[in-house]
Amino acid sequence: MADTYDLIVLGSGPGGYVAAIRGAQLGLKVAIVERERLGGICLNWGCIPTKALLRTSEIYHYMTHAADYGLKAENIGFDLGKIVERSRKVSGQLNAGVKGLMKKNKITVVEGFGTITAKGKMSVKQGNGTVELEAKHILVATGARARDLPFAKADGKRIWTYRHAMVPEVMPTKLLVIGSGAIGVEFASFYNDMGADVTIVEMLPRILPVEDEEVSAFMEKRLTKDGIKIVTGAGVEKIDTGADGVKATIKGKDGASTTEDYSHVIVAIGIVPNTEEIGLEKLGVATDRGHIKVDGFGRTNVEGIYAIGDVTGAPWLAHKASHEGIVCVEKLAGGNPHAFETWNIPGCTYSRPQVASVGLTEAKAKEAGRDIKVGKFPFIGNGKAIALGEADGFIKTVFDAKTGELLGAHMVGAEVTELIQGYVVARQLETTEHELMETVFAHPTLSEMMHESVLGAYGRAIHF
Amino acid sequence: MPIEIKMPALSPTMEEGTLAKWLVKEGDVVKAGDIMAEIETDKATMEFEAVDEGTIGKIMVAEGSDGVKVGTVIALLNGDDEEAGDSTPAPAPAATPAKEEAKPAPAPAQAPKPAEPKAAPRAAGDRIKASPLARRLAADKGIDLSGVTGSGPNGRIVKADLDKAPAKAAAPTAAAASAPAATPAPTPTPAQVPDIPHDATKLTNMRKTIARRLTESKQQVPHIYLTVDVQLDKLLKLRGELNAGLESRGVKLSVNDLLIKALAVSLIQVPKCNVMFTPDQLISFQRADISVAVSTPDGLITPVITEADSASLSSISTRMKDLAARARDKKLKPEEFAGGTASISNMGMFGIKQFEAVINPPQGMILAVGAGEKRPWVMGDGTLGVASIMSATGSFDHRAIDGADGAQLMQAFRDLVENPLAMLA
Repeated sequence: MADTYDLIVLGSGPGGYVAAIRGAQLGLKVAIVERERLGGICLNWGCIPTKALLRTSEIYHYMTHAADYGLKAENIGFDLGKIVERSRKVSGQLNAGVKGLMKKNKITVVEGFGTITAKGKMSVKQGNGTVELEAKHILVATGARARDLPFAKADGKRIWTYRHAMVPEVMPTKLLVIGSGAIGVEFASFYNDMGADVTIVEMLPRILPVEDEEVSAFMEKRLTKDGIKIVTGAGVEKIDTGADGVKATIKGKDGASTTEDYSHVIVAIGIVPNTEEIGLEKLGVATDRGHIKVDGFGRTNVEGIYAIGDVTGAPWLAHKASHEGIVCVEKLAGGNPHAFETWNIPGCTYSRPQVASVGLTEAKAKEAGRDIKVGKFPFIGNGKAIALGEADGFIKTVFDAKTGELLGAHMVGAEVTELIQGYVVARQLETTEHELMETVFAHPTLSEMMHESVLGAYGRAIHF
Repeated sequence: MPIEIKMPALSPTMEEGTLAKWLVKEGDVVKAGDIMAEIETDKATMEFEAVDEGTIGKIMVAEGSDGVKVGTVIALLNGDDEEAGDSTPAPAPAATPAKEEAKPAPAPAQAPKPAEPKAAPRAAGDRIKASPLARRLAADKGIDLSGVTGSGPNGRIVKADLDKAPAKAAAPTAAAASAPAATPAPTPTPAQVPDIPHDATKLTNMRKTIARRLTESKQQVPHIYLTVDVQLDKLLKLRGELNAGLESRGVKLSVNDLLIKALAVSLIQVPKCNVMFTPDQLISFQRADISVAVSTPDGLITPVITEADSASLSSISTRMKDLAARARDKKLKPEEFAGGTASISNMGMFGIKQFEAVINPPQGMILAVGAGEKRPWVMGDGTLGVASIMSATGSFDHRAIDGADGAQLMQAFRDLVENPLAMLA
């Protein structure tokens, strides 16, 4: 006898568990199926534990630079095991939090590997048997995993994915990071601050290639100054694993190949959606290059089957998955939400310095044929930034010259991942430069730079 | 503290007007709703009502003054507190409109904060919810937000609503006002008046507007002209029969009423001609509102028969009589001659055989109707006979309407006039 629900959510990452809670709020009887740990990659192996690690490296950085603040710190060191332990504890706490949320919302948690066997039917393989579930709506939120290099599969010993990189048993001495998206740059920043010798290899001409070109250029300069070696326009051709390290052959911009020894490699070249063995092919669910094809409400081509989050495609961000999940569930529950759109999803990189952005880059805005006004305000012009000893970075805003629409905002520097939300709200409310200029910003704050950047776009910046 | 009464904007396009006549004098007591003055705008003479109670303290602009810019202080009104003394308690605050905070903008600060006289008869409490960006875009594109349905929270109008469906919203007047209004009427350097005995008459605002609009139309809109000859006999016969039946109701249909209807129905049959051209969009209207050219002593004005495609002939006739009469008295309200999806101009009564009319932007077409007259005519059976024939010429905005589509409209119009029962169906 199968247990019957209104909604089964397959996968309990930030897309799935949020969707499940929204469903329960709307009065649906919801089951959530998870093969591993509630909370998915995000809070077990992604966003959250890495933030815990980066907090450690940040504090360590301040300790090694204590003298800059008039402090004395001697015999500074660290215990790698304790660092990882703290990160795992943070994950554990949040994992328990999601469990509590499931219970509070009366959502049935089914542990095991779920496969859709027919429309409205799911079979969940558990240790020694299976559980059959039925529901009118099945939401696939299975996420994605790290993409492997075709010639060097991650082994967890010398070749790591993010998953290995966040639970190191030894500190790499010489680390090669392949790929310079948010994940690659964050790990590079962490290990560099912890004292490893780090090299980043990026195939495209610049690091953080989705960010504004000025942000990429700034980060390349700054990370290089902090000791990271950055090789762009270059590809890794070969990795030979030996007993005490790897030999990596990198073909540079000029076409010449060089081989160098590294103690460890982190592969951060993108993701592969998790679509295998969950029954999609049998039902004829349409995919596009591995990602499930959906409309603005997460509906696939098969009635009753929905998908959200990484498994449906870029941007691969937890907050995108959560929002998609809410829209999808509200719609299937008979509500009338707005279709999901990607125009206002912020992106953050939690390296030191941080990077945050939303909307169009300057180049993309120009490509789109917009007549633009650009404002850029440097941290060095902000009192709070100087007081913090973080006078490096800038905030850039891109406006449509004709309508005053805030097309994009791009930030690099201390704490910018907490600042970006101001602009995201502004864009969601469709403010123009006028409202932003009229807003009073508290002094002294880093946020004042957001004001100055807007003023700057119209030639009115006060402190620069 | 005296309240400043300012020159009101009585139509969306009005920038200045003529203070035609004062109906109050200094010392008169007025209350809200009293008519204080007549103001001549570019199209009509409008009555200007008081919104505040008080005594007319001083008339600042004499009657007969023209070119009075909107916002100019034309009179001062002493509020109750001044003239009533301490015997009467303060009036209910609701009676006085909230004094608008003067923005710390460039406007030269004036000692008393002006109370804006409410000009347009907009219902109170009808705040339009729209995002700042949507307001900016609407202003740029000349879209009237009151006609836009918002898809945001609580019906808030957002950018996407303007991208998606400006069709309904874009009242033709508003769109027309946007771009061209900014450029002043083409005033060529004062022409050398030849030394011949003459009279010089000052241009009225209406004449200036006509000059500006027609010049814009001919300069900016590529016109094409398509003419058909239409046999009227069946339509005249039907009109006779209908009028016999309508006599008791006091309705007498004119030929023009029937032609208005025929044009409206043909616009619905050929929707590609019921359009408006804007810089980045082609707006297709879903009903036909026909602007009907009415000649007045001061110039041409075009009151609008709304929904002429679905209106009954008697309704068109009744409304047309009323509009034409009030047009001649300059008593039309702005909304009565604004809008319209296409125009009709009939010069048959002057014996004009055929002519080409100038499109009334931003409309896509205008139909010019000549006199119905007996002409030798090749009848359906190939014999030569005599029939009542009328020439009609459509002028089409060729940016929006292709020749073949215009031709289809003319054909549809001819078919309806020649088989008039079809337009009643």
